[in-house]
Amino acid sequence: MAISERPLSAQDGQRLDYQAKLTGRAAYLADMKMAGVCEGAILRSPVAHAWIRYVDASEALKVPGVVAVYTKDDVVQGTGIEPYYGPVFKDQTIVAVDKVRHVGDPVAAVAAETREAAEEAANLIVVEYEDLPPVMDVRDSVKEDATLVHETVRIPEHGFADLAELKPIENTNVCTHFKLRKGDIEQGFAECAHVFEDTFILPTTQHVALEPHGCIAAFQPDGRVNLWSTTQNPFVVRTQLANIFKMPVSKIRIMVPYLGGGYGSKVYPKIEPLTMALAQKAKRPVRILLSREEVFYTVTKHAAFIRMKTGVRADGSFHAREAEVFLDTGAFAEIGPRVAKKSAYTAAGPYKFKHVKIDAKSVYTNKPPAGAFRGFGVSQSAWASESQTDIIAKALGRDPYELRMQNIYDEGDEFVTGEKLWSIGVKGCLEKVAQEMKWGEPMPAPDDPSKVRGRGLAALIKATITPSISCAAIKLNEDGSVNVFTSTVEMGQGSDTAMAAIVADTLGIPLEQVSVLGVDTDVVPYDLTTSSSRSTFHMGKALELASLDLCEQLRRFVSEEHGVPFEETRMEGGRVLFRENALTIREVLFNHFGMQGGTLVGRGEVKTSTVDPETGDKTTSSFWFVGAGGSEVEIDKDTGRLRVLKHATAVDVGRVITPLGCQQQLVGGAITGLGQALFEQMVWDNGILVNPNLVDYVLPALGDMPDEITPIAVEVPHKNGPFGAKGIGETSLIPVAPSIANAVDDAVGVRINDLPVTAEKIFLGMLDKS
Amino acid sequence: MKKAITMEVNGASCEVEVEPWRTLLDVVREELDLTGAKLGCDIQVCGACTLLVDGKPVSACSVLAVDADGRKVTTVEGLADGDRLHPLQESFMKFGALQCGYCTSGFLLTAKAMLDENPHPDDEQIKSYMGGSFCRCGCYQEIMQAIRGVAQG
Repeated sequence: MAISERPLSAQDGQRLDYQAKLTGRAAYLADMKMAGVCEGAILRSPVAHAWIRYVDASEALKVPGVVAVYTKDDVVQGTGIEPYYGPVFKDQTIVAVDKVRHVGDPVAAVAAETREAAEEAANLIVVEYEDLPPVMDVRDSVKEDATLVHETVRIPEHGFADLAELKPIENTNVCTHFKLRKGDIEQGFAECAHVFEDTFILPTTQHVALEPHGCIAAFQPDGRVNLWSTTQNPFVVRTQLANIFKMPVSKIRIMVPYLGGGYGSKVYPKIEPLTMALAQKAKRPVRILLSREEVFYTVTKHAAFIRMKTGVRADGSFHAREAEVFLDTGAFAEIGPRVAKKSAYTAAGPYKFKHVKIDAKSVYTNKPPAGAFRGFGVSQSAWASESQTDIIAKALGRDPYELRMQNIYDEGDEFVTGEKLWSIGVKGCLEKVAQEMKWGEPMPAPDDPSKVRGRGLAALIKATITPSISCAAIKLNEDGSVNVFTSTVEMGQGSDTAMAAIVADTLGIPLEQVSVLGVDTDVVPYDLTTSSSRSTFHMGKALELASLDLCEQLRRFVSEEHGVPFEETRMEGGRVLFRENALTIREVLFNHFGMQGGTLVGRGEVKTSTVDPETGDKTTSSFWFVGAGGSEVEIDKDTGRLRVLKHATAVDVGRVITPLGCQQQLVGGAITGLGQALFEQMVWDNGILVNPNLVDYVLPALGDMPDEITPIAVEVPHKNGPFGAKGIGETSLIPVAPSIANAVDDAVGVRINDLPVTAEKIFLGMLDKS
Repeated sequence: MKKAITMEVNGASCEVEVEPWRTLLDVVREELDLTGAKLGCDIQVCGACTLLVDGKPVSACSVLAVDADGRKVTTVEGLADGDRLHPLQESFMKFGALQCGYCTSGFLLTAKAMLDENPHPDDEQIKSYMGGSFCRCGCYQEIMQAIRGVAQG
């Protein structure tokens, strides 16, 4: 089934990155070679929480081939750097200074001629720790007598605009507390016929991008520094490095090759500060490539504990929603405060509650830092909200689909923040999914009588990062071909192809005439980040505007050179039309420059705001992600073994730009969701991570796939998106887990409130019931 | 300390001197500049480093280079015949069986080994044979279609 009947005309279904990736010639960071590069190795904390009494690197320095060792002394007394950094709060240091705060916290680093020498030397560094009790669960961490993870937290002078009001709560482990209020919650519950209270739990998980993080830093003789890094947001990393190293951003050049997956794991500084510091000290280029184990210590997805209380009126309308969301942000705030805020916005789901009281806290613990993960806090709140929706439906004897449709948002409805929602095809998504899942039809009996089947649904709404900025430029060459300058990072999502298609379609030229330059902060204009599923909407629009800028310049040339009013020229099919004439781009340029040569530059920028520029209304999100998912499961009644037979996912994409990319994002997101639903969890024992490897941390494989995952693109265009398109990268992941848990309940009457949904939990649940 | 080994890599004989502890993946990537195979997990689980040794898939992260002495090694760079892509590469392109591409080399080589053994596997055989490779972008459905496309000729 084609996902779109009307793709952009420049789209032939091919991706620009395939030839290189299929032949092994696509260069990823670890494939780069550099003369004279030192290999870096990191000594990491073996304990979850301890004071550092001393660090002695003298034996490490004696290892042949060692060039430099970097310790806390370098951070504190070193080269005039700012010791503290972090995207929201300055609670991170290049290596641990006073305390280690999680197993795997970097304590020292070595640069050496070979990786072996660097690792050997790192292991010879002596560190004396004085153990502190670790706090490993948000519920313990928020207790009054809990050991503090941070004694003080530094606030940056220039933080993110959307997080300015959030501050750590002193003398507690509460990193931020975001409150969302609508109506009067007590009155709301008093007006309800039914009130439901449940708790939900999600474990810490990891992105497991198959490519581990890596970075190369090379200082130039003139003091500038070149970095190659596996980052999703090079401009944010550049800002952070500029602050740490007290350099103008113009002297820090970050280049980003193809990424072997990101999913949020590669936003914000990861190993760039340490690699750059080590290169500065070694006076040599340094490369650090993380091992798989180290990746687990570098960034995770927030574990969560959620209390949810919902009041429903006698007619089944959702009336009051109270939620307390505790997100485990680990040892550092990283971007946890925004994850918590985004989680809060959608803790009432895509439903029309009159009274809402949400408290979302990001909480420090002694786990590795949690950061952005595809779904960004909404996976967590939707797990609670969409599970509870089915709990309510069951208790009230209502059909879960009908109950959702009764309460779901429609065009122009008021969101929990009071703003109106536009371009919001969630109802259509739920309808399409229900149709695809044959909702309401009798379940076919399994061939095997020991098995039983069930179906479940879930729906969602999610915000994108707002405000944000995307700038773009296009260079129009003398032959009519173009080079596209964009900082959107191609990490597998097919952005190069989507961006090229938008440019080709706007200019009316074939896709083959478009080249997308790789990311290089010295060359490409500023873009905030390749995350939050924002690139097609924001960067795509910036490129559409840049293309239109070029069209206007070409028309102006024709207007001036042929004495035709500008309004009587137009651009179509890569030609400028006026009167009965049509000039190719190449001809217009030749006429203008008087020879085969010259360059035109088209520019485009998109900046979004929390205030609608036309209406003055508050806008929490420059557009909304909405979607729905449905699952059909089969359960072995004797063992609880679960198989997902079918999953359907519908996403309001606004407009399909590249049909293949759209299909891959919808299905791929659902498969990531499947892993989160069924398998994935990081397990701790006394502060130690038990499974930082791919044997014990279980990923979904080919044999775990449902017979069918059906992607459905619902197209409700957005006025500000390119060709009406919206973002699509995260939506399909979010409904997977709750739709599976709802299907399990439908099949065997067992409600699982803590992820992952395992055979053991289902089996024990069935045992309890009997 | 170093030992000279001779391998036939993608049809061409090559001799390299390697330390006895170096892995085949390391040598192929660092000494031969064939970087299509990737390090993913380092413990023979994820499949990103898969190479064919005498036609059989191995996790090159966990095979010593000296153990490949005298053997035929195939990497993803050796799949295409000049500019003509291998049918599996064509099929992966047609069905969109990759996104970030980090796992692709491993999937292609494993699928080649499977089809060389059994040109017409059924779905269960494909799932079983290909179970040692992870695609984290979630292209499994397209990968199945792409392999079926070649298997059904």
